[in-house]
Amino acid sequence: MKNHENHISSDTLNWTVLVILLLLTTISILAIKMHLGAFTVALALILASIKVTIVLTYFMHLKFENLLLRIMVGAVFLLFAIVIAITFIDYYFR
Amino acid sequence: MTNSSTAEPLNYLNHKTGLWSWLSSTDHKRIGLLYLYSITIFFFAAAVLGLLMRIEKIAPGPTIMSAQTYNGMFTIHGIIMVFIVVIPGLAAVFGNIMLPIMIGAKDVAFPKLNLFSWYVYISGAFLGLYSQFANGHSPDTGWTFYVPYSAEASSNVVIALTAAFVLGFASILTGLNFIVTIHKMRAPGMTWFRMPLFPWSLYATAWIQILATPIIGITLLMVIAERTFHIGFFDPALGGDPVLYQHLFWIYSHPAVYVMILPAMGVVTEIFPTFSQKPVFGYVPIVFSSMAIALVGYFVWGHHMFTSGISYESRWFFSFLTFLVAIPSAIKVFNWLSTMYGGSVDLKPPLLYAISFIFLFTIGGFTGLTLGSLATNIQLHNTDFVVAHFHYIIFGGMGFAFFAGIHYWFPKIYGRMYNFKWANISWGFLFAGFNLLYFPLFVIGIQGMPRRYFDYDPKFQTGEVISTIGAFILFIGLIGMISNLIYHSKRGTIAPSNPWHGVTLEWQIPSPPPHENFDEVPVITREPYVFDHPYTK
Amino acid sequence: MSSTEHSEHIDSDTGKMGMWLFLFTELFLFGGLFIVYAVMRSKYAVDFHHAALELNVFVGATNTVVLLVSSMTVAMSLTAIQQNRSGKAIGLIFITLILAGVFMVNKYFEWGHKIGLHLYPGSDVMKTLPHGEIMFFGLYFMMTGLHAIHVIIGGILLTIVIRKIQSAKINSGHYLLQENAALYWHLVDLIWIFLFPLLYLIT
Repeated sequence: MKNHENHISSDTLNWTVLVILLLLTTISILAIKMHLGAFTVALALILASIKVTIVLTYFMHLKFENLLLRIMVGAVFLLFAIVIAITFIDYYFR
Repeated sequence: MTNSSTAEPLNYLNHKTGLWSWLSSTDHKRIGLLYLYSITIFFFAAAVLGLLMRIEKIAPGPTIMSAQTYNGMFTIHGIIMVFIVVIPGLAAVFGNIMLPIMIGAKDVAFPKLNLFSWYVYISGAFLGLYSQFANGHSPDTGWTFYVPYSAEASSNVVIALTAAFVLGFASILTGLNFIVTIHKMRAPGMTWFRMPLFPWSLYATAWIQILATPIIGITLLMVIAERTFHIGFFDPALGGDPVLYQHLFWIYSHPAVYVMILPAMGVVTEIFPTFSQKPVFGYVPIVFSSMAIALVGYFVWGHHMFTSGISYESRWFFSFLTFLVAIPSAIKVFNWLSTMYGGSVDLKPPLLYAISFIFLFTIGGFTGLTLGSLATNIQLHNTDFVVAHFHYIIFGGMGFAFFAGIHYWFPKIYGRMYNFKWANISWGFLFAGFNLLYFPLFVIGIQGMPRRYFDYDPKFQTGEVISTIGAFILFIGLIGMISNLIYHSKRGTIAPSNPWHGVTLEWQIPSPPPHENFDEVPVITREPYVFDHPYTK
Repeated sequence: MSSTEHSEHIDSDTGKMGMWLFLFTELFLFGGLFIVYAVMRSKYAVDFHHAALELNVFVGATNTVVLLVSSMTVAMSLTAIQQNRSGKAIGLIFITLILAGVFMVNKYFEWGHKIGLHLYPGSDVMKTLPHGEIMFFGLYFMMTGLHAIHVIIGGILLTIVIRKIQSAKINSGHYLLQENAALYWHLVDLIWIFLFPLLYLIT
């Protein structure tokens, strides 16, 4: 059966996304020069999460897919986060 | 048996013949049967191992085998039963055969992937067998492969771990197929809340298969890396934590038991309305309970680790969640009983098995709470109480539901009927044997008998002897049940398309079903359990 | 009834949903390693910081850029096929493959360098290191190793896609396989987006 995609990502969009991703990568690398101590992990993870969200939304086309798929992706990441959090109920309090 | 005097109608069984037509078939019904036959063979192999273990335990000290052999036996018994029989079990057999039909579809979403999943499954199963006979000796780590022993033991652990990994992949493929099938292939008019409850249970199960199985995949790879490269994640001498293995292992293996039980609950949820000629009581609560069990079941894994040294806060958390997850199961028990109440109850073999399912599952469930309770767990962990608990839930629960399902859908699958008296007598042996086999283990477990122990203090012998006798009675029941079914699959009286007066879609098509299930695509206009003309004897 | 061969083309929404579900399994597969990382990092923060100094940020950053660009090229190849420009599509996938190759070459040299220094799991040198560093290197090799396997699988999938575009089995009307291969490739990129800061940037 035919693909019935309505949206075709333009080359401009793809280039723009790449530039943003490269920018965020550069910021991550520069951030390690700043001595943030315990916050380095947090910042690295936040920036990585933003990059991942951008790749999911634009390159992987989630922005133009139906809501069901977006809910599934969100739920999967949430479940994983909960599992790590529960694991740390052990490790943090040991 | 080929043609009778009247031309046999074309159905999925005679659609194409010959062994290769079966091994290359992408028909979900044939693939379901491929799974049924392989699972049955492996089940019997593992059951024989169980029987041998029970013979060994009839007296203290060595009886028919050495301690090493015993350890190898409970390991492979567990590996086969858990990974090869019970986890694929209901979903791969009845899910494959019945799911598309019950939602009005021609086949699953990805038929070729479906066949491929069976070959992956068979490869994993044979790898598991190979671990028994390859150079070196068969693994004796238990099916749980706990470190440090699994990292250090000089047996074919890597082969067994790889087998489990491959089997997990087959499970993932089945789950993937079913989720897409349910989302995309329901008949016109079949909204989510017009879908019968067995498909709903498969949906909840499939999500667990997708999201839990990969974790054990990577964990097994880590143990292989430990054995091969001394990677150290679980080795305290290198900075690792053996309890971390337990966390990762149970993050999968606890949800895995819901993979086992959810389809079982789905099967009996189909049987109760049919044999009461009355709609399911509480369709919507059952839907939400199934999804709740799948979700909350993710967050209880630590109840296998209460004595491993995890923090007090996490023990508290896991115990609390364990009690919570029991609630949706209890809701379902209430709904099943209420379905029968006031109905025109017909105690045919499927219902007999389904009712005994409730009894056995409830015992298993209650004893799960005893284990889930922090204080009592300390006494009971790693005793035969645990062994009894999980056999009640898995064998008494999922196993009896499987027997119920095969007795329910047999006439649809083969177009023939088995002998009811034979089925009921076999049930009697099964039920009596089962309880004699496992109930004493609760008692000696509380009295202190450890699990996975080859030898024991003579004070436990009475319980052990009763248990062994029960095993033999159970075995007679198994042979009786299976021979009834095998014999009548070819020689039973021809069955009508709807011998039980059921109202779900599978009963509206011929027995056995045609190759593509439906001559015309059904259009659904109402909820699934409407008994306009209930059948009363 | 007619026994037509089950439709050669699976409906694209169906096929795409199947692929996303498979991606979820890959996320959880790597997820197990991320759990180990989280636990070990919280336990051995200083050792991790110290061990990470052994990693070359420049090579890691190059690999990050390489994968990000390759994600763009594979996304653009989909646009090309949708616009019926199969030549452009093939060219873009080819560039993606080249970039994958660059990634693997970098990885080869990175690993080679460490192995040359006897810095690998189970080595004589590894045994002498502090516990946290042993954990770090174990995670480094296993995570980047598993990731590299996925780069190779992705490369194979994309090569198959090029073949199918050439034989017109993939075209502007039917490009599910290309879409799914691209999704797989993006997953490879996603994993690396997390790996890079967690392994290289914790100095």
